[in-house]
Amino acid sequence: MLSLNELWFVLVGVLFVGFFFLEGFDFGVGMSTKFLAKTEGERRVLINSIGPFWDANEVWLLTAGGAMFAAFPHWYATLFSGYYVPLVVVLLLLIGRGVSFEYRSKVNSEKWKKNWDNVIFTSSLLVPFLFGVVFAGLLKGLPVDKNMELNAGLFDMVNLYTVTGGVVVTILCLVHGLMFTALKTTGDLQDRARSLAKRLLVPLAVLLLLFGAMTFFMTDAFKVRGGILAVILVLGIAAYVIAGALMNKKRDGWAFAMIGVVIVLAIASVFTALFPNVMISSIDPAYNMTLYQASSGPYSLKIMTIVAFTLLPFVLGYQIWNYYVFKKRLSEKEHLEY
Amino acid sequence: MEALLLARLQFAATTVYHFFFVPLSIGLAFIIAIMETIYVVKGKEEYKDMAKFWGKLFLINFAVGVVTGIIQEFQFGMNWSDYSRFVGDVFGAPLAVEALLAFFMESTFIGVWIFGWNRLSKKVHLAAIWLTSIGTALSAFWILAANSFMQHPVGYTINNGRAEMNDFLAVITNGQVLVEYPHVLFASLATSAFLITGVSAWKLLKKQDVDFFKKSFKLGVIFGLIGSIMVAVVGHWQAQYLVETQPMKMAASEGLWETSEDPAPWTLFAVIDPAKQENSAEIKIPGVLSFMAYGKFSGSVPGIKDIQAQYEETYGPGNYIPPVRTTFWSFRLMILAGVLMIILSAYGTYLAAKNKLGQAKPWFLRAMFLSIFLPHIANLTGWIMTEIGRQPWTVQGLMTTADAVSPSVSGPEVLFSLLAFLAIYTALMIVMIYLFVRVIKKGPKEAAQDDSLNDPFDRREHHAVS
Repeated sequence: MLSLNELWFVLVGVLFVGFFFLEGFDFGVGMSTKFLAKTEGERRVLINSIGPFWDANEVWLLTAGGAMFAAFPHWYATLFSGYYVPLVVVLLLLIGRGVSFEYRSKVNSEKWKKNWDNVIFTSSLLVPFLFGVVFAGLLKGLPVDKNMELNAGLFDMVNLYTVTGGVVVTILCLVHGLMFTALKTTGDLQDRARSLAKRLLVPLAVLLLLFGAMTFFMTDAFKVRGGILAVILVLGIAAYVIAGALMNKKRDGWAFAMIGVVIVLAIASVFTALFPNVMISSIDPAYNMTLYQASSGPYSLKIMTIVAFTLLPFVLGYQIWNYYVFKKRLSEKEHLEY
Repeated sequence: MEALLLARLQFAATTVYHFFFVPLSIGLAFIIAIMETIYVVKGKEEYKDMAKFWGKLFLINFAVGVVTGIIQEFQFGMNWSDYSRFVGDVFGAPLAVEALLAFFMESTFIGVWIFGWNRLSKKVHLAAIWLTSIGTALSAFWILAANSFMQHPVGYTINNGRAEMNDFLAVITNGQVLVEYPHVLFASLATSAFLITGVSAWKLLKKQDVDFFKKSFKLGVIFGLIGSIMVAVVGHWQAQYLVETQPMKMAASEGLWETSEDPAPWTLFAVIDPAKQENSAEIKIPGVLSFMAYGKFSGSVPGIKDIQAQYEETYGPGNYIPPVRTTFWSFRLMILAGVLMIILSAYGTYLAAKNKLGQAKPWFLRAMFLSIFLPHIANLTGWIMTEIGRQPWTVQGLMTTADAVSPSVSGPEVLFSLLAFLAIYTALMIVMIYLFVRVIKKGPKEAAQDDSLNDPFDRREHHAVS
């Protein structure tokens, strides 16, 4: 049986998985507005395809942050203050991104739209990259001291390993976004999304395997959790191969889902490798912060558990309904809000 | 020290900025839901146009409210990590509930509302705006429950140097949130109502879309009056609660150095000298402070010096006096703005009830336009009084602001974030005002067509459906 703090570690993991799965594809679509769309009409189709969803997708991140704050105050405090500058950049990008969708179509001028397009592209590209860097840093270990303070220098945060992690996450989101586009559009745009996704399959596979190998050699993850990580790796490879096969058969929905499974497994593997730590100290393993040290009291966790399990079914229910309502494929012939 | 000051500046700047948009979102969602309800129930097309036109302003505003809210959630951990460690157990819970209960709801259904005009039945579409409205109101409750813990900590026990929650019900039925929440809700209603009446007044002055804006004015001014009066009524409860739970804030907001006589007079004006701890040139109204603090015209109100002595006994040596001048004047500005709001909306309601809006004097219409800013002044000064008046505490009686700041974040880092946020916020403000003015200038007819932009194909389909 899981203790409550272990359960909340899983729940924080689930919330981040939800965030990367959902916002992942809208990041990907955001990136692809720059090179996949050839006309203003196509760009609008792309932006409108994520229009009803991106905001709620982002709430998965906010909820993950709130859950960390409530269930693991020390983790939240150490990580957020330690990763100060990258998070400031993430916040600036998310601010720009959020308004860009809403404001882009408000003025019918080319310059206006081009500016917002740049914001959409840059933020959609850099936010997943920075989150990849942050999560890879968590895996590799960071200079957490005996007072649970993280005083990370630039190269603790940005190095070959974490940058590779950032690139992997970014391309994974892009492929997921392309599959979403294949699922939500028709005609030429759909064909181009499919073919670009297919062309990215091999490079992404190489990157994923490279990152796996780097994790094997540069972190303790496989030494501590080798068995279960091996299982996740095998499942991940299987999902990836199936996704490729489905893409070839133009089964867009299932291919989208399978790339999603790869994302789920990738994020889950980070949390699996960390467990029971939430922060790994590169100074001294004795300074590792475990989820037990980081967590709130049992009363808080109990209340939060009751609240979460009462509310989550509703949240999932209306989010699924939302996707169902706006399931129709989009084309330029239709009325587009954004 | 430098990082502390900068972090405080940043928190103040980002929170104040965020709160320009939040009350508008809460209030506008509600009023637009009312408009759309009238449209759906009575089938009056002009109310659909109203929901769409004001909805445009609502969405422009909502987007900024949402994105500036993300900073708020991250900022506790980033800049106030020792605070987060200390209160996460109690403070984090309402924040997490806010995300789970309110953020998901408003973000999902706002999407449904924006994209669902032509795709959903009228009733489902109406439900979407109501759920958005409920979501925004719920969001306010949970964040204010968290804030109330900072004003008046309840439902916790100190364990291993941290505040741990031991009574969730006490946290969410904190007397502080029970008065703070309705105060903010009615303030939000008034803020959005004054935007609607102010813009309508401007258009009436310009004689554009007169019928449309008369109707909007009528609806807005009633909510403006209700909001302004109720915010004052609840404010009176708050003052009575304040003198019990945070007597120092009350004394500071009155510039009351010595414990008052009985009955206590209210100081309308004073020149305050915090160094000498005395006032000069005071103008006082007898008995009014007793009424504010106790609801009756008797009772003395404790003064700053006495409370300071008492706090030194309880918490040890130190200065427990907040910036008195700021607290005093922000309180007075808030009241002044509130009084003006009541007078203007009462007169506006009278004109609307008598069907005399057409003959309204230009000065009144101009005044209504300018009064768009009154609720914002009241919101701003109200929060300044609440938060500055609590200093030096970040959690009243438990933790000082100086102890709350992140030890691992340096001054230059905070300076970077402060400047970056200020820059992007300034840019956002300019863009937002530009869009607001554009939508208002274009008016309701163009607003209804504008969303299909310049694509003739779109426009035809749009009309065919609607």
